[in-house]
Formats: sequence, structure tokens, C-alpha cells
Amino acid sequence: MQNWIDAYSWINIRFLLQGLWITILISVISVILSFIIGSVLGIIRYAKIPYLSRIIGYIIDVIRNLPLLLIIFFTYFGLPAFGFKPDTIPAAILAMTVFESTMIAEIIRSGILAVDIGQMEASRAMGMKLSQAMWHVVLPQAYKKMIPALVSQFISLIKDTSLATIIVVPELMQHGQVVYGQDPNYIIPVFVAMAVMYFVVCYALSLLSKVIDRRMA
Amino acid sequence: MKKKLKYLSLLITSLLLVLTLTGCGSQSLSSQNVLENDKKSKTITWGVKADTKLLGLVDVKDGKEKGFEVDLAKALTKKMLGKDATAKFVTVTSQSRIPLLKNGNIDAIIATMTITPERKKTIDFANPYFDAGQSILVKKGSSVKKVQDLNGKTIIGVVGSNSVQNVKKFAPKAQVLQLPDYAQALTALKSGQGDALTTDNVILAGMAVSNPGYELTGKAFTTEPYGIGINKGQKDFKKAVNKALKEVQADGTYNKLIMKWFGDVPGFNYKEVLRK
Amino acid sequence: MIKLLTDNWSAFISGFGWTLLSSVLALFFSLIIGSLFAILEVMPSKVVRVIGNVYVEIFRNIPLLVITMFFYLVIPLYVVKINGFTAGTIGLTIYTSAFIAETVRAGINSVDSGQMEAARAQGMTFWQAMKNVVLPQAFKLVIPPLGNQFVNLVKNSSVLAFVAGFDLMYQGNAIASQTFDTVNTYVVVGLFYLVITLPISYYMQHLERKLA
Repeated sequence: MQNWIDAYSWINIRFLLQGLWITILISVISVILSFIIGSVLGIIRYAKIPYLSRIIGYIIDVIRNLPLLLIIFFTYFGLPAFGFKPDTIPAAILAMTVFESTMIAEIIRSGILAVDIGQMEASRAMGMKLSQAMWHVVLPQAYKKMIPALVSQFISLIKDTSLATIIVVPELMQHGQVVYGQDPNYIIPVFVAMAVMYFVVCYALSLLSKVIDRRMA
Repeated sequence: MKKKLKYLSLLITSLLLVLTLTGCGSQSLSSQNVLENDKKSKTITWGVKADTKLLGLVDVKDGKEKGFEVDLAKALTKKMLGKDATAKFVTVTSQSRIPLLKNGNIDAIIATMTITPERKKTIDFANPYFDAGQSILVKKGSSVKKVQDLNGKTIIGVVGSNSVQNVKKFAPKAQVLQLPDYAQALTALKSGQGDALTTDNVILAGMAVSNPGYELTGKAFTTEPYGIGINKGQKDFKKAVNKALKEVQADGTYNKLIMKWFGDVPGFNYKEVLRK
Repeated sequence: MIKLLTDNWSAFISGFGWTLLSSVLALFFSLIIGSLFAILEVMPSKVVRVIGNVYVEIFRNIPLLVITMFFYLVIPLYVVKINGFTAGTIGLTIYTSAFIAETVRAGINSVDSGQMEAARAQGMTFWQAMKNVVLPQAFKLVIPPLGNQFVNLVKNSSVLAFVAGFDLMYQGNAIASQTFDTVNTYVVVGLFYLVITLPISYYMQHLERKLA
């Protein structure tokens, strides 16, 4: 019992919360970047531009089917071979963005496919260009449909940042390791505290998505 | 036919990705002189541990790295580059330290790394700065009294440390489990995932302090001279580190740091590691 | 890279085997548990629905790594001794079952609710109607998303490396720290993962197109 009381001292909890802040920071930056990049990639793949769409499609498929842990290794250990030496936090953001962009690209593409083809044709028949029809007619509906999928992808991303511990990014999981490195008896209380912190953030997000979903419907 | 083509192009994509990742070697790094660069910037970037009590551990109060290795690195930096120089720290794990050094993210490793012939093939070492020895930690009253008793039993170690490979020489029939960090390894030992935990005695002593039910058993069965890891080809840097090491030993700084960190650790005789 | 592969062939292959075994076991059990909780979530009784919901929300919103560590470190301390492979596979099963429950529930919901009512009106019990009318249709709808869950499962099985589960990633870590050839080792590990995941995800894309 004493272990639990000692483990939850304010100094330790504050250190965990600092880790949580980095976790959220990495997640938010990565989700914004990967939303933009993913949208572009998804539309390119949908648009069937000769060669380009196919090549991008293959790259997406390869990255999408690898464990994120490997992508983190490659960005941190592989990139410096090109003279680019990111610090741990930018490396984590980069790895997350590369991985999540491919996941989001797939969500966007299937979202576009789910919008009735007739709408695209009708707008084209009315004289709109492909890009206009995409921008004004198809995408707004597609994004609306994709909100639940996008939010659950965002939740996955928050949880997945825990893997970045492996390259010693100072996020929640790594700060947890440091706390129980002071005294290994803290390990179980620290794991419980981390579980609660992740849960609160992720569950709040999923509630938010339900509210948005209901408003939109 | 179309399907086959698809798979073929997919394979080519993967291979291209692979080639771009591995193709470009980092020859540029060995041609740069790390010491010259550091002299200009007045900083040395050291790779240190974040989770090892007494040697390199991040303090939750201020988020700074603390421990014997951290203090030694600070002292060496001052000797090498002058009083106004600063030591910058990057936290590493046993798994990540060598890739990070080879990539140039850090200038040197001072992170509980033993000098071994295998490692010497990939990186260079300065002279040893600490003499640890590998030992085992068991539950009090365990039938395991020495490393040889572990044949047919399960030993827990940490990924990337050479203690895992060492122990196979002394107990070839033992099964070895490798975990990501020392706290997890110790908790796995407590959970009964293995019969003993093996690593260097100084690290185990730190664990035994906060876990009275566990003890170091038998004598240290290897000598583990810790060395500062340096990239191949950095002769100037290596020379400077060795010179600075000699100086901190001569002026008593080294022994002061030993006393500070290991002076009152039960089960660990600090006098054995003092240097004249 | 070829030399690395031939030198460590047996380690890579055994890692591949454990990864595959863990994924298949976890898929099998999480399909059963996931479907069960999906049905709980659409039961008429509110209490039962809440139980199903709590299970799904808890395990969907906690990182897999935390769940797995719990089974590896805490359960053996108080309940029963389990090794890293088992702990990892149980963690994977529970985590994935929460996602499968969500997927199957969405499938059940998208089957016209009139069908359930019609079946009940004909004198079928809730379970009979579920088993004979609703579930067969729901499963057809959710096969492609379930396939994606399986791909995720295989990728997530790399968490076994954290609990000494002998999987591909664990072997990769061990090889990388012996050979110091980090990048090439992980490239080989990546190719082994692709051997499992790429065919599944292509087959699922193919099915999706066929069903659409």
C-alpha cells in the first residue's frame, strides 16, 4: 500500500502529466499534418492519374501494412544516413505523420467512393470542372461521413505514441518508465495511472465525436 | 496476368524503399573531425541512460539527468574544452546507443557500456572509466547460489546488453528472456517470469536497496570494464577523452564522484572501484 | 543484407512463426469475444447493454502496451503464472475484441431493424433471431472491416517484443543488438511482416470491390 501512496506523490504525478502533454502535442501536430497530407494522397489515389496514382497507391499500401514500431525505427535510425538527424520529438512526429497519412489517405479515398458517383457526374454535366466538383460537392459530404473513422484514427494515434518510448521520446510512457526507474516498486501504480490518463483523453475524444456525429445527422 | 503485374510492381516498390533507406552510407561522418566541431560549438553531446539508478537517471523533480556517468561526463567536458564548455545530454537505451553514435546524433556514449571485442568491431572505446562485474539477483532463499545453477532455468536480462550473451557462456542450458528496461526486468523477476535477473553488480545493488526480499548471490562472474564509446576514425576525440580521464583521476575528482554516488550502497564495496 | 538473413535465418523464421501463431490465436478468440460483446450491446436489457459498452470503451481507449504489461507483470503476481507469449496474446485478444465488437455492432445495426422485429413476431426468441437472421447478414457486411482488423492485429502483435514473446520484432531487436546492423535488420523484419499483411489487405480490397 505504501508503494501506491509514494508512487502517487505530486512530484511523480506532475512528471507523468508533463509526459502526457508531450503525448498530446505530438498527437495534435501529427494529426494535423497527416490530415493534410493524407487528403492529398487519398485524392490522388482516387483520381487515377496515370502512373502517379498507382505509385502513390503502392507506397501507401507498403507503409500501411508495416508495424508503426518499424517506421519509428526507420525515421530515427535510418534517416541520419541521409544527413538528416531529427531529435526524438520531431522524429516521432515524422514517423507518426508518415504512418497516419497513409491510414487517413485510405479513409479519405473510401469516403469519396462512398459519395454517390451520380453526384460527381451530375456536377460535371452542369459544367463544373473535376476540381470544382470535388471541392464543392463531393469532399464536403465525404468528410462528413468520415468523421467517426477520422476520430477513431486520431484516438489510435494518441495510443500509438506510447510506442515512441522505444527511442526515448519524453512522452507519457517514457516518463512512466523514469518514475518507476526511481523505485521499481512503483511500476504497477504507475501503469494504472498511465492507463487512467490515456483513457480520460481518448474517451473524451470519442464522446466528442459522438456529439458531433449526432449534431451532423 | 494483371494481378501478377500488380504484385510484381508492389515488390519493386518495397525494394526501392529498402534501397533508398540503406543505399546511402554515411561516409561523410567519419571524414568530419568531431573534436574540432565540438571545440567550435563549446559543447559535447553525450548519450546517457535515463532509467539506471546511480549511473544515469532522469530526476522527476526537474527533468534533468543525474548519476555518476552524468557527473563524469560533465567533468570530462570541462577538461577537454575548457571551463566555459557545456555537456549536452541525449537519453539513450542499450538498444539505441550504438545506432545513435554511428548516425552522429551523439558524440560519445557514456551509458553503462562494457568494452567488448564484438563492439570494438563497430565502434572505438576510450580507456575504461569504471570496473563493474556481471552478477545475478535472486529472491532470498532461492536454490540458485551461483550462475552455473541456472542451467535449465530462466534468466531475465535487458535487450541490447552484453550480459545476455555472457550468461549463455556460464549457463548454456538456461533460457534467456530479454526485456526493454531494468524496472520491467525486476518486476518480471518478482512476477515469477524467471529465476534470476542478470546484469552488472552496480545496477543490481541499486535494485536490492529498494527490494529487501532480493539479494545478489555468488561472486561477480565477469569483469565489465565500462568504456566511453566513440566513432571509428575519431582519433583526436579519443585522445582528448583519455587525457581528460587521466586528469580527473589525478586531481581526485573521480574518487569524489565515486564516493558521492556509491559511498553508501549496501552490497557494493565502493573501495574496489576507487582509483589512485 | 542477404548475409544477415542467412546468418539469422532460424531466428527470423521462429519469430515469424510465433508472430503468426499469436495473431491467429488472438484473431480466433477476439472474434468470439468481440461478437459476444457486440450482441450484448444491442440486447433489449439496458443493464447488459451498459456492461457491453463499458468493456468496449475501456479497452478501446487504453494503449495495447499498457494492457499487455498488465497481464505480463501483474496477473502472475496475484493470479496465475503466464509467460510473455501468453500474456501478449491475451492482451492482443482483449484489445482487438473491443474493436471487433464495435465493427460487428455497426454491422448488426445496419441490418434493417424490421427484420429483427419480423423474426420475433414469427415466434423466434431474441437469440434465435440473432443467430439465424441478423448475424449472418451482419457478418457479410463486416468482412472487409474485419479483415482490416486482422491486418492491424498482425502489426500490433509486435507488442510481444516488449514482454519477451519471441515474436518477429523481439528476434529483430536481439539480432540488431548482436550484429549492430540496425537498419538492415529492421528492413528484413519489415519484409517478413509484409509477407503476412499485404496479401490479406489486398484480398480484402478485392472483396470490398466485389461486395460493393
